[in-house]
Amino acid sequence: MTLERRVATTGANCFLPRLSQGLLWALVWSFAAPIVAFPQQNNSKEEFLVLPGETGRFGGRVVVALRAEPKTLNPLIAADVNSREVIGAIQADLVHINRTTQSTESAVAKSWKISPDGLQYTLVLRRGLTFSDGYALDADDVLFTFRVYLDEKVHAPQRDLLLFEGKPISVRKIDPQTLVFRLPKPYGVAERIFDGLAILPRHLLEKPYEEGKMGQLGTLATPPNQWAGLGPFRLKEYVAGQRLVLERNPYYWKTDAKGNRLPYLNELVFLFVPSADAQVLRFQSGETDLISRLGAENYSVLSREQKDYTMVDAGPGLEYNFLFFNLNEPGEKTSAETPQKLRWFREVKFRQAVSAAIDREAMVRLVYQGRGSALWGLVTPGNRLWRDDQLPHPPRSLDKARGLLKEANFSWNTASNGGSTLVDSSGKPVEFSIITNSSNTDRSKMAALIQDDLKQLGMRVQVVPLEFRSLLDRVMQTKEYDACLLGIVSPDADPNVDINVWLSSGGTHLWNPSQAHPATQWEAEIDRLINEQMYARTFEQRKRLYDRAQEILWDYQPMIFLASPDILTDARKAVGNFRPAVLEPYVLWNVEQLYLRNDAVNASR
Amino acid sequence: MVVFAGFLGPYDPTEQDRKSPYLPPMRLHLVDAQGHFHARPFVYSLTRREGAFDQYEEDTARPLPLKFFVKGARYRLLGFVPLRWHSFGTESDRIYLLGSDSYGRDQLSRFLYGGQVSLFAGLLGAGITLLLGLCVGALAGFYGGWRDDLLMRLAELFLALPWLYLLFALRAFLPLAVSPLQAFFLIIAVLGTVGWARPARLVRGVVLSAKERDFVRAARGFGATGGYLLRRHILPGASSVLLTQAAILVPQFVLAEMTLSFVGLGVPEPVPSWGNLLSSLQQYSVLVSYWWMYLPAFIMVPFFLGYLGLGSRLQQYGEPYKIGK
Repeated sequence: MTLERRVATTGANCFLPRLSQGLLWALVWSFAAPIVAFPQQNNSKEEFLVLPGETGRFGGRVVVALRAEPKTLNPLIAADVNSREVIGAIQADLVHINRTTQSTESAVAKSWKISPDGLQYTLVLRRGLTFSDGYALDADDVLFTFRVYLDEKVHAPQRDLLLFEGKPISVRKIDPQTLVFRLPKPYGVAERIFDGLAILPRHLLEKPYEEGKMGQLGTLATPPNQWAGLGPFRLKEYVAGQRLVLERNPYYWKTDAKGNRLPYLNELVFLFVPSADAQVLRFQSGETDLISRLGAENYSVLSREQKDYTMVDAGPGLEYNFLFFNLNEPGEKTSAETPQKLRWFREVKFRQAVSAAIDREAMVRLVYQGRGSALWGLVTPGNRLWRDDQLPHPPRSLDKARGLLKEANFSWNTASNGGSTLVDSSGKPVEFSIITNSSNTDRSKMAALIQDDLKQLGMRVQVVPLEFRSLLDRVMQTKEYDACLLGIVSPDADPNVDINVWLSSGGTHLWNPSQAHPATQWEAEIDRLINEQMYARTFEQRKRLYDRAQEILWDYQPMIFLASPDILTDARKAVGNFRPAVLEPYVLWNVEQLYLRNDAVNASR
Repeated sequence: MVVFAGFLGPYDPTEQDRKSPYLPPMRLHLVDAQGHFHARPFVYSLTRREGAFDQYEEDTARPLPLKFFVKGARYRLLGFVPLRWHSFGTESDRIYLLGSDSYGRDQLSRFLYGGQVSLFAGLLGAGITLLLGLCVGALAGFYGGWRDDLLMRLAELFLALPWLYLLFALRAFLPLAVSPLQAFFLIIAVLGTVGWARPARLVRGVVLSAKERDFVRAARGFGATGGYLLRRHILPGASSVLLTQAAILVPQFVLAEMTLSFVGLGVPEPVPSWGNLLSSLQQYSVLVSYWWMYLPAFIMVPFFLGYLGLGSRLQQYGEPYKIGK
């Protein structure tokens, strides 16, 4: 019964039953009244999380630009970056990954214990926590949350994380503060799966859930009093096409080192600014205070201005860009040329030669203006714990590439204009196209550099920028392409988030997705290593298995890794506690600690 | 000038000089840092500042004297004469008189080669458009009746169609990769078929009024056939309309080619075209940081003006009958 836990402290004026239910509610209320009194006592001993760091000032508001309107506020269906960014400020999770240390720390759950067999996690909730609308939180909310996430009909994107070889995690309530999670198989870093799983307010969502309306909830137009979370901010106002305004959550459960209840800011405003260039202009004109992700060119434009901006290069992030060849079995609809091309692409030495011929250093310099790093493996240098320093990173060598091609029976024809053309053993010139997403100029540039690199090997390469959706359609559905240049941003430092890239059965195993059986020996070997590390107990074991898998990727080059950009961010000097991280959300991860310095609060709009 | 792009431009327009992205135009000197005068103009080589991406300074210790008629990258003059001679260049380092782009490609060479592509496409496209427009307009205007109705409704349909979206759809049917040559003819075909409706309507108007004129009636009375009448008496009157149209269409088509590049139907990188050169200006950072990237646009302005001037001169010259007094 939703009403039983209604906290009396919010006062009766918050209690505005809808007309149709008024009578029923009043009835329940009269029975429930004695029980309601009990959580009130808890409030006196709220267990706050005390954050270290600079103590800020209260008040003011910070304006952030988003690339597009968030599609939803509902964490159960949110898949786009903008929605996640907003939800991150409204909701909270049981265990949280600290964006700077990249390791887990307690959040809504005060502590957790792992049983000796690694199968059982006991989480204790913080006492006296309250949703942003004043309703108290208890273990039933958590039970409800996991019931919804695991419900197949809801199609929550997080559901896959909670399944272990198809079997779901199970949750049991011990007492109002304690829960036991049981895994079907041991999993080394199970506490990381709690990050980003927003704890849902049962009192608001249980009824719609039972009516099967979960997917329709949480549009941007939701009235603020019908939406609640455990995050630092709550919904205040939404102006379609322009902005979304969040206000301070007065019940937030974190304090600063001096014991003041966070967040510092009164308001957090998201403006919808469609393009990166427009975001820079808005920032320059003073309409926004933060830019959460800048391109290298715009970063240097703003740096040159030398105004009172805090420009932060947070170092290489978790985005990896790579080139891959189409290694799918030719289907019925593929063109006549494809089998021939497939023979080249399947030749390991061909892929190795392409990899050897690519000038990654030039890519970093020309595409990222030096603010990035060259890549030789899937785990980026920004991933402090998991990067493999043992992975070979040979410099570009055209001679080596030519040698490899010669070994694979390719040869060169000298053309009349002095250039030479690479031909395969049957005399056919090597020509192929690289598709890439047209909206990302960095990737188009990389493709143009590769085109020039491979021209020196005598390959004729066409670069075809495609709209992202039709590109994905070609890679995932029709499989009509030669090669593709793409990038993936890992949402977390733990490499398990990219598991669908690694596993041959994975949907984003891009060069040959969703295989029923591994097509090659080495893919089978990677599958084995990745599955083994899932259940390895120590970090060292897992790291060793992942390193081995990366080496196999390097040996067979199904993905030719190119470069990884730095996370470049920018804020007005007035914004305090601005400490960007390389994990998403780059600048808003500590939004509860952001504050405006002295002068700025007074001058605040 | 653009016809001899290979000779006039010092370098291959697709050649990347990866150590010099966004290099500003080099200044031609006659007097060196020590105050000595040299008869042969020279530039100082620019070296990148330590740690910077696009900051260069002149290295006065390394003058690069300008040489004329130097051997360089191979090219084909007028498309078939293989040559290696370039009008100017230097012996050791590369020289950038219009600066370089983000890949360190020579903007001057790109501008000249791009002109070849764009102007040729523009002219050919305009030619096809006008030819189509002329035929359709003459037929509709001269014969009238159901032919007129049919052709003009068709023209209105063409004017009303949302072309950009149709081109998106067209792109989906084409093979994924289009070679530069195919792309070039594709552009001409697209420009030619998209644009014919407006000149056709104009020509029809001219023909309609001309066919009622006395000398036309007189010729008809003498037994002239329709074809003869059109050729000899009516269409010359339309030439002024066509020439003005041509003058407007060519610059329009160069811009249209830019739009097409955006849809993926244009000339693909790394082949230069004026559209490609202009589209690099769409980036804010380029706009505010690299002034020399505007230069191609500025050079195009007098060119298009000149073209319009040429159009109006032709119109005066070619007008066979002064209409009115």
